[in-house]
Order: sequence, then C-alpha cells, then structure tokens
Amino acid sequence: MSTKSAPSRRAKPAAKPAAKSAAPATPAANGRPKPRSGQPELVFGDRWEYEPAPETVDPGIKPEYDLFIGGKWVAAKSGKRFDSISPADERKLSSLAVANEADVNAAYAAASAASEKIWLKMSGRERGKYLYRIARLLQDRARQLAVAESLDGGKPIKESRDFDLPMCAAHFFYHAGWADKLEYVTPGRTPSPLGVVGQVIPWNFPLLMLAWKIAPALACGNTVVLKPAESTSVTAMLFAEILQEADLPPGVVNLVTGFGATGAAVVGHPTPKKVAFTGSTEVGKIIMRQLAGSGKKLTMELGGKAANIVFDDAPIDQAVEGVINGIFFNQGHVCCAGSRLLVQESIAEEFVERLQRRIAVLRVGHPLDKNTDVGAINSKEQLEKITEIVASGVAEGAQLHQSRCRLPEKGFYFRPSIFTQVTQSHRVAREEIFGPVLSVLTFRTLEEAVEKANNTAYGLSAGVWTDKGSRILKMAASLKAGVVWANTFNKFDPASPFGGYKESGFGREGGRQGLLDYLA
Amino acid sequence: MTIAPSALRSRTRGSALRRLIDEVGPVDAVGVEERAAKYTTRSIKKGSKVWGLKTAISMVDLTTLEGKDTPGKVASLCVKAMHPHDEVGAPPTAAVCVYPALVAAAKAAVAGSSVKVASVATAFPSGQAPLKTRLAEVRQAVADGADEIDMVIQRGLFLAGELNAVQDEIAAVVEACTEAARLKVILEVSELETYDAIRAASFLAMRVLRPGDFIKTSTGKTSSNATLANNQVMIEAIRDFYLETGVPISMKPAGGIRTAKQALQFLIAVKETLGDEWLDNTRYRFGASALLNDLLRQLVKEKTGAYQAPYIFSEAAESY
Repeated sequence: MSTKSAPSRRAKPAAKPAAKSAAPATPAANGRPKPRSGQPELVFGDRWEYEPAPETVDPGIKPEYDLFIGGKWVAAKSGKRFDSISPADERKLSSLAVANEADVNAAYAAASAASEKIWLKMSGRERGKYLYRIARLLQDRARQLAVAESLDGGKPIKESRDFDLPMCAAHFFYHAGWADKLEYVTPGRTPSPLGVVGQVIPWNFPLLMLAWKIAPALACGNTVVLKPAESTSVTAMLFAEILQEADLPPGVVNLVTGFGATGAAVVGHPTPKKVAFTGSTEVGKIIMRQLAGSGKKLTMELGGKAANIVFDDAPIDQAVEGVINGIFFNQGHVCCAGSRLLVQESIAEEFVERLQRRIAVLRVGHPLDKNTDVGAINSKEQLEKITEIVASGVAEGAQLHQSRCRLPEKGFYFRPSIFTQVTQSHRVAREEIFGPVLSVLTFRTLEEAVEKANNTAYGLSAGVWTDKGSRILKMAASLKAGVVWANTFNKFDPASPFGGYKESGFGREGGRQGLLDYLA
Repeated sequence: MTIAPSALRSRTRGSALRRLIDEVGPVDAVGVEERAAKYTTRSIKKGSKVWGLKTAISMVDLTTLEGKDTPGKVASLCVKAMHPHDEVGAPPTAAVCVYPALVAAAKAAVAGSSVKVASVATAFPSGQAPLKTRLAEVRQAVADGADEIDMVIQRGLFLAGELNAVQDEIAAVVEACTEAARLKVILEVSELETYDAIRAASFLAMRVLRPGDFIKTSTGKTSSNATLANNQVMIEAIRDFYLETGVPISMKPAGGIRTAKQALQFLIAVKETLGDEWLDNTRYRFGASALLNDLLRQLVKEKTGAYQAPYIFSEAAESY
C-alpha cells in the first residue's frame, strides 16, 4: 500500500483546518465534510461475510393450545381454531383456540372465584412469593422463551434474548417486591385491590406487555383475564405453563386467545373493575366509547409518533446510533419508536449521510440468526400497511433512502428506510407507521423544534440529543410526551413509569404510579 | 508556526483542547460504550471465523518490549512471526516490534520475508526526553533498518494544552522517519482520560500523518490499554478524516487484546465502521504477543474440532 508521500505538505498545525483540504468544496460547520460526487466513500462489501449463526434451542411449542382458564387447559366452547404462523418463514407454529363470549364468561367466572376465595384473602407477602417464583422461572426458561418469542413475533433473537426476557423477569421481580408494601404506595391510606381486571395486549412485545399487565395486577391483589394478540399468542401459552409450574392458584390468571371479537368481549364484560389496553389508538378509541359510563377504571397505552431531536452540538455518532436504535429496534414495531427525526438544519445533510452509512451495515434476516439486527415484520397485514404508507411518502414527494441488503425469500421483511425532505404535512410525518421507516425533518431554533415535536396527535416519548445540559432540561419541560430520553433512547426500567399524553393514552405502567391504577 | 501557543491563548477564549473538541465534535461516553458492546454480541462461525482468525494473525505486530530482551530472544520471535503455525496454513504476522537497540538483530532475522520490523522509539513509553534525543533515536532505528516506527506523544504537553507543540513533534518524527519508515503514533489513551480527548488527539495526529501511517491506542505499559470503546472512537475519527480529506490513516490497538474472541470483536468493529478496505494489515494491526497463540489455538480447533494443549504452540514472547 502507498505509505509514501511528502510529509512536509501536511505538517500543518491543528488550528488551521482550512489549510488542510486543498479540495474545492467548502467544509461544512465543525470542519466536517459536505457531500460531493467523487468524494472518498467507505466500502461495505462482502470481504468478510458472517455465516449464519442460528440459535438452535428447541422452544418447546406444542402443536395446539386450548384456552387457559381456572388453571387448566380448556377447549373453547366456540369450537373454532386458528393457526399461528411465524413471520420469519410463514410456517405454522401452532393451532390456537378462538374464545367466544361464553369462553370469556367462563374465564371471568374463574377469575371471580379465585379472587373471592383465594387471592383477596392471601397476604401480600404470600402473593409476592408467587411473583418471585414466576420471575425465577422466566429466567430459568429465558433461552427457550426467547426463541419462541422470535419465531412467533419476528424480532431478532438478540433483542428477545437481551431485552424482552430480562425485562420481563425484571417486571415480575420488581412487582413481587411491592406485593407486601402496598400501604406505602398511598401514604396515609391503605389501598385495596380492585378484584378482577381485564387486559388486552399488542403483538409487538408479547411477553413483555404481558408482564407489564399481569405483574402489577397480581402484586396489587387482583385476578386477571388477559387476551394476547392473535398473531403472537404462543409465548402467552408457554407463560401459562410457567404459571402451572409455579403453582399459582387456579383462576388467578386466565388467558383467552382469539381476534377482535374476543378482545371486545374481554373489555366489554361486566365483571372487570378495570380494563387495561395497549395497542393502536384506533382500537383504543373504540374501547373508550364502549366503556364510557360503565364506571370501570381504564388505562390506555396507545400509539406514538415520537420526535428524536438532534441539536448541532450533539455527540454526532452517538446520536446517529441512538436514532438508529430508536427507529429500527424491533423493526420499528414500538409505540415509543423515534419515528420522526428532527435535526438542526445546519447539520442535517451530514447527519443523513451518517444515517445512510449506518443502515448500510444493518443486517436484515431470519430472527433466529444471532447476527440479525432487523428481523421480520410481524404479519402480512402489517407489511402491507407499511408498504402502503411508504408508497404514499414517495407519492407526496419525500425522498426515500433504503439499505441495499439482501432480504430472505420467504417471510415478511422490509428494508430499513429513511425519508428525507419530509414536512409536517406528509402522511409519513403524521401517521404512526409501526415499521422500520424514519422520517427526517429539520428545524432552525429550539422553539421550532419544540413546536414541531409537539405538532402531533400523539405524545408518548421523545428524544433530545445535545451536549448542553440546560437545553436538555428546557426541552424535557417543553415536550408534551410521557417519556423524554436525553442522549439515549428506548431505555426502560420497571421502576420508571411509562405512558402517554394526548392520543397516546393515559395511565402509567411501572413504578409507584403504575400501581395506582390497580388499587382502589 | 510563527505564533507561540501562549500568545494564541491570550487572544482566544478557552483552552486549545476545548477549541479542538468543538471543532471535531464531542463523544458521549455512554453512547460509544453501548455501540462497542453491540460488537460483542456478533456470532462469528465456521468459514467467517477462519477468515477472521487468519486475517487477525496477519495483522499482529508480534511484540517484545522487555529490559531482558536479547538478540537471541528477538531471533526466536522473528521465526515465530514468519512461521506462526504452518501446519494450519497460518499466515506470517505483519511485523515484529522491538526496542531500537534490537532493530538490527530483528532485521537480519526477518530478511527475505514479508515480516516488517517495527521499533518503539521516542523514549518509549513515557516520551519524557528532549525532542532532539527522541529524533536521534528515530533516525538511528530507521538507519538500522526499521520499517516502522512506533512513537509516543508527549501526554504531558497534550494535557498542558500545548497542542501545537504536540503536533509539531509528530510532524518532526514524520520527517525523521523519511520515506523509509511508516509511523505509528501512540496516543496512550488511558493517560488522555476522556473520549473527547482521544478523538481530539486522533485528529491532531492525523493532520500531520501520511496515508498509511497509523494512530495507535497504547504503549501496553499502563494499567488500561486498548478497549473496544476507545478503538471505536479512534476508527470513527479515521473514518471522518478519510471522508473529509481522502487520506486513509491506519489503526493499531495495542495492549490488553489477549484472546481470539477479543480480536474478532475488534475486526467486527472495523468491518462495520470503516468497511472492507480496512480489513487488511496495511490499514489495521494488533499490537500483541499473547494474542497470537490464542488465534492459532482457535484456528487449529476450527480445523480439527478439538482444542490443543497450550504446549502444542511455540512460545515466542511473554505477555504485554
């Protein structure tokens, strides 16, 4: 390689950056490059390919599951079943039962009986023991459950292994600790359990959302009827096996599978004193209409269109990494995904170049490959929805940049995508896409950033990237979002309450605040 | 270089280091460490592993830097460098790295092979000698046949804010190397303390280096050496400098990389940050000694399916 060139020409002091580039282009702010044709570029080619590295543990998924009611597997009275497939390769994973109103009645009957006869009478300390036991079993079986979660939902094994399962266990451990300390939740008042609660969860973090719902409900002394999402019910069935192994009293947790009608029956049933829903804003509104005037407590964790706001003084590579993580984590199937990048105009061009270089090395592939960064889109319907809205972005004049990686032939996959030249009026800037699609907008001043960030029906989360601490505090106070992350994104802890503003819902999950919604 | 650093400081606000950080951009410690941790979750198997191991072997600067080094010890190191383990087709290492007094011995030992002789000069490892003395040391090492010079920057000057002086010294060593030798500039990252300072120092050095010259993390003589995170900060600086100027600077993490697994993680970082062109021993090196035998052990295991006892592999150097 060429090691020789005249040293003297380059022997310039640092304080004179302009002198070092004899090239014609004008350097951008901070002495960083402006894009030019013929400019040096990095080569991300095939010099060193990673061979497939599949996780091979048997997930132990049974060919069929009934409903889990009263601690037992019960055949659905509906007599109907449906197939659960893997979005990774469209193969059938298991056959699941469809619960109808009669099945949901049976589930609530079991939950009521368990509540009155066992769970309400049990001391908090005893309840806590069950929660600890569940948490430990989740840890014991973490690897198996991670494989099942990835197969069922399409998320990369490294995420289910390193994020979903550890967080899932953490939620049970955290709430186990609260079970005998509930009198400290509301100082000066001893709270009491609600009784029976109904819960409906989404398909993006099946086990984790189940943990967010079930752990606080049980810790607070309630019994549960929960409906998992139809495309991702398999790990809930594995969780039922854990409940049996933990010897949880029959009826304390009941799991009913099925579609929208089952969910409507779960939330519309007269028994539950509280309904907790995580899912789309659209369905959330239907439930709110359905339950208006019923006197039931309600918490909603709905959609989002979070802004990730990058100022010109931000540590730029770490901001790039955070923006990438914010939108491509779990294929963008994250309600708090940072799907709108608001970047200060003075660094926008450079920032987008760096994003493009970064997505060039993102690996899209089979969820069970340990090197997969972006897995499969959860379902065919979701893939169609993403494809449609991305087409609208192109039609409305935004510029689409996609990575050029190879996609698997079978299964549902979508290339990591970035839209530039997006304005507040574009659909891709307003609607929740719930896929690996980032919309890039620019701003000039802090006030403009706040205005644009808040100019949305949603308000679940936001990110701020700057080297200046006081600006972080000002932004955090100005952004109408339930969570504001500073110089990081997508960080969760069971002790930290999570929830939204505006059409992103109400009520909080996690922390002391999360307990309040499960107590009277 | 007509303005004295002190005069410059009096007319502009803030320290020279702070101004340089403002110019090249800051680094967030939590973020860069998270990025680095992601490389450790990659799973490299079979053919990719063999390619990675062989490439890593070809990037080793096999090093001995001890007071008790002798021409005999250096000669045995050189044979190890030329023939690490021919039974499994292990390539020769990139270079041997020795003290200046042993350059002539090393040069004779590697004659006719592809293995280069690198020498730590400039009052290694502290750099605390007069510039004149350090330059003389470099010239002598080059005269004795060194193909590569590993210099240390004066961390004292850097921390005192005399950045121009640090840069002038590097430029002077570049000249002392002449066309005959490539230069590696050791930043001694553990003594610079912050990632901001490591990034700034990388730019400071690169601006006076020639294409193919190196920046290097450590001497291996302090408590903490190359880590994935400071490697990341430096290769990102190399990337930014290349995209800005077209000048490709090479990288050498040194010290603390003892296992094949670690080496592969560093290579993954290179692949995903700098791309294919840096997966080559003209652009990337490992300063190590204990690492080589672990790379060989893993390579034999890939071929035979079994781990060999440590005594199967020849000893050529003690750890650093």
